[in-house]
Amino acid sequence: MAGRERSHTRRGVFVPRSQVLSADDVRRAVVRMAHEVAERNGGLDGVVLVGLQTGGVPLAHRMAEALADAEGVDVPVGTLDVAFYRDDIGLRPVLPEAATDIPCDLTAKVVVLVDDVLFTGRTARAALHALSDFGRARAVQLAVMVDRGHRELPIRPDYVGKNLPTRKDEVVDVSEEGVAIGTIQ
Amino acid sequence: MTDVPGVTGVTGAVVVAGGEVLDARGRRRADVVIDGGLVRAVGPEAGRDAPSGALVLDASGCVVAPGLVDLHAHLRQPGHEEAETIESGARAAALGGYTAVVAMPNTDPPVDSAAVAREVLALGAAAAVEVAVAGAITVGRAGERLAPMGELAAIGVRLFTDDGAGVQDGALMRRALDYARDLGVTLAQHCEDARLAAGGAMHEGVWSSLLGLPGIPAAAEEAMVARDVALVRATGGRLHLLHLSTAGSVGLVRAAKAEGLALSAEVTPHHLVLTDAECAGYDPTFKVNPPLRSAADVAALRAGIEDGTLDAIATDHAPHPPEAKDLPFDEAPPGMIGLETALPVAMGAVGLERALACLSWRPAAIAGLAPRHGGPVAEGAAANLCVIDPAAVWTVDPQRLASRSRNTPFEGRTLTGQVRHTIVAGEPVVVDGRAAR
Amino acid sequence: MRHLLSVSDLGREGIEEVLAVAEAFAEVGTRPIRKVPTLRGRAVATLFFEDSTRTRLSFETAAKRLSADVLSFAAASSSIKKGESIRDTVETLEAMGMDALVVRHASAGVPAQVSRWVTRCSVVNGGDGWHEHPTQALLDCFTVTQALGGIEGRRVLVVGDVRHSRVARSQVLAYSALGASVTLVAPRSLLPPSLEGWPVEVTHDLDGALAGADVVSLLRLQAERGSGAFVPSLREYSARFGLSAARAARLSPKAVITHPGPMIRGVEIASDVADLPQALVTRQVTNGVAVRMAVLFLLLGGHA
Repeated sequence: MAGRERSHTRRGVFVPRSQVLSADDVRRAVVRMAHEVAERNGGLDGVVLVGLQTGGVPLAHRMAEALADAEGVDVPVGTLDVAFYRDDIGLRPVLPEAATDIPCDLTAKVVVLVDDVLFTGRTARAALHALSDFGRARAVQLAVMVDRGHRELPIRPDYVGKNLPTRKDEVVDVSEEGVAIGTIQ
Repeated sequence: MTDVPGVTGVTGAVVVAGGEVLDARGRRRADVVIDGGLVRAVGPEAGRDAPSGALVLDASGCVVAPGLVDLHAHLRQPGHEEAETIESGARAAALGGYTAVVAMPNTDPPVDSAAVAREVLALGAAAAVEVAVAGAITVGRAGERLAPMGELAAIGVRLFTDDGAGVQDGALMRRALDYARDLGVTLAQHCEDARLAAGGAMHEGVWSSLLGLPGIPAAAEEAMVARDVALVRATGGRLHLLHLSTAGSVGLVRAAKAEGLALSAEVTPHHLVLTDAECAGYDPTFKVNPPLRSAADVAALRAGIEDGTLDAIATDHAPHPPEAKDLPFDEAPPGMIGLETALPVAMGAVGLERALACLSWRPAAIAGLAPRHGGPVAEGAAANLCVIDPAAVWTVDPQRLASRSRNTPFEGRTLTGQVRHTIVAGEPVVVDGRAAR
Repeated sequence: MRHLLSVSDLGREGIEEVLAVAEAFAEVGTRPIRKVPTLRGRAVATLFFEDSTRTRLSFETAAKRLSADVLSFAAASSSIKKGESIRDTVETLEAMGMDALVVRHASAGVPAQVSRWVTRCSVVNGGDGWHEHPTQALLDCFTVTQALGGIEGRRVLVVGDVRHSRVARSQVLAYSALGASVTLVAPRSLLPPSLEGWPVEVTHDLDGALAGADVVSLLRLQAERGSGAFVPSLREYSARFGLSAARAARLSPKAVITHPGPMIRGVEIASDVADLPQALVTRQVTNGVAVRMAVLFLLLGGHA
């Protein structure tokens, strides 16, 4: 188990309790999901990856690498910070953490949103709202490394690395070293 | 002595029992027996021989002193009764331990004729304390022509001032000093050079620079103090300087007195304790003219009281209704009420004994109200007294003050020293801290 | 933090937070849909007792880009009836459900007074008399950071009528909080009566100060605030303190020039100089919207 602590934005420090996926597991899941994206969309024509800040961005880049290896195509990768689209503004501290950079007009594209963890679904909902301001996409799909349940909105992922039942008070941490469950202190 | 003017509500005998008398002659444990408007007996056992049926006022733990005399209060009547009336102002004064108040003439119409002066005196006749009135030096307080000071002196006016403004024209002020000399009355000056002060909202200094407010430089006051010292020297006249606020002014008065010039000077309680830092929140409650100044000025004013350069403490009680003080800082009218807080604030700044001298017998002399007011507590003296509990601690709540207005800078502050009883011409007008009139 | 009345309400950390968030909002300004739903359903009122179309429009644009509802009260409009007190107006607005009031007034301290009269609203100082204009200083810092990469260790000249300038007071606080050294350049009559406690140096010689400056912040001669009487003539003022082309040429090539606007070409700045690429005036205006969005967001939404 990784004894290393990893910081979580502004809320404290993540203390891991158990490792659920190893680094290799994560790598294989990325490759599998990349293949699924290509299969589902009949190739990569018009596909754009958009990583949600901050956890989804490295994953989006890794998926783009995997797609380049598998299909020989360089899929555009954008980043999206949804701080300004959240529905809980004023309820908890929320500041934009990193840049939003959408490399092209999304009209008629297939946008694959990429995030590390799918939980209540509110981040994904905010992302859908944000995307609509960048053009009318042909389709939006959702890729996550971990689906930990406890949905509060009717959101479902299209591509999942691992389904992981959790308690609501637990925290899931995704990194290059793998996926761990723990607490915030 | 002439008959006691004003308050004539002489009731039965009164005994002020168990207190310590403190007046210009010193301090001694004594009861005071009062009857028919006069002090009949003073002594440690005097209460035992009081007439039966006498009202006993408990003064244990208290100081029994001659009543306070305010040289400088704005009672706002006629013309601005929404802020204060002579009746409400007098009640506030009585609660503050005052037995006499000099009402300032910047009313509407101003007191620049016998007719208006008579109106003020008539209203004062029914008031809780004795109300004297100051007349204006110039007609309409406009600073252009002398007011009929003779006509006003004939009905008893002893003090003249254009307060609210200073007399800007030096030649006119010189003539006024000469004229007043013949009449045996005293002129009082609000020292403010209008051009140097123009547009200012607070003291010009560190704080006005930080707050971005136009300032009134110390020089605006000192320029007129210096001019009037020269005019007193030139005319041999007598002058009282109102509400001095700067270290420079204190220095000028000290030098003038050393020279033997006939000058007296007063300072307000708020200028002895508050500085311009109070304006930091832009609360116009702290806007006053002359403005609150620096800590160095406050220290110099206290030193001036201690060495006698400054003779008296006068409130410059200036009521304003709440809507007037809800204006932007630079638009709001200047002024603070002070009759009910003067004594404890002064006590805190210069101690009880000096405070009483500066609040009672010295201002009584300047106002021409001595020895009826401020005189030693002795057999045969007029019964104008206040009974003070020097240890009483209370918090200033503007809603509970008797003044019609609430613009006190001491809101929420805890003060030590409170008036328990006030007796005017033998009548208890304040008993146990509550107004009887 | 509920109100922004002075730059000193923010501290260094607060200023840096505003600048960081403003950067995100600047990106929003480049999108095809220049709007985010962040303050949807909130209401912002601009209460401008002193005319200023530019600043008012900048605040209103900022609020609208955050999807807030905007109400505007300008001094001349009938909604501020003659004789109705500021206090009554403000209490009415709060009762109507306003969440933020942006207040500008010719008298210093009015936003502070308003903040005492409201129970729920946030108050933003849009400029009060000679006292402060916090959002102007913040957008100046943002623009300068954009141009120079940072403010720490830089040398800033603030030139002109400091005495009557709310922009100057806010700038001194902001630039020094961010680690710049600030020098005031003005005739004695246009400096405040006391500079005690101000983190500044002073010089009356503009020419000597130019070579070492990274930022030249020009102030307006505030004719409507009485500064006209403090200098013998505009010509003399311009000769001693105006940024002429010759003076601009003596600046280091990387130095930048800012002006809060509106510029009086030929007085505090030569016309040619105003059009130089070193002069950041138009960028200041653009950034003004992003910075004001950041301020509104931080007061109304950024923190619980």
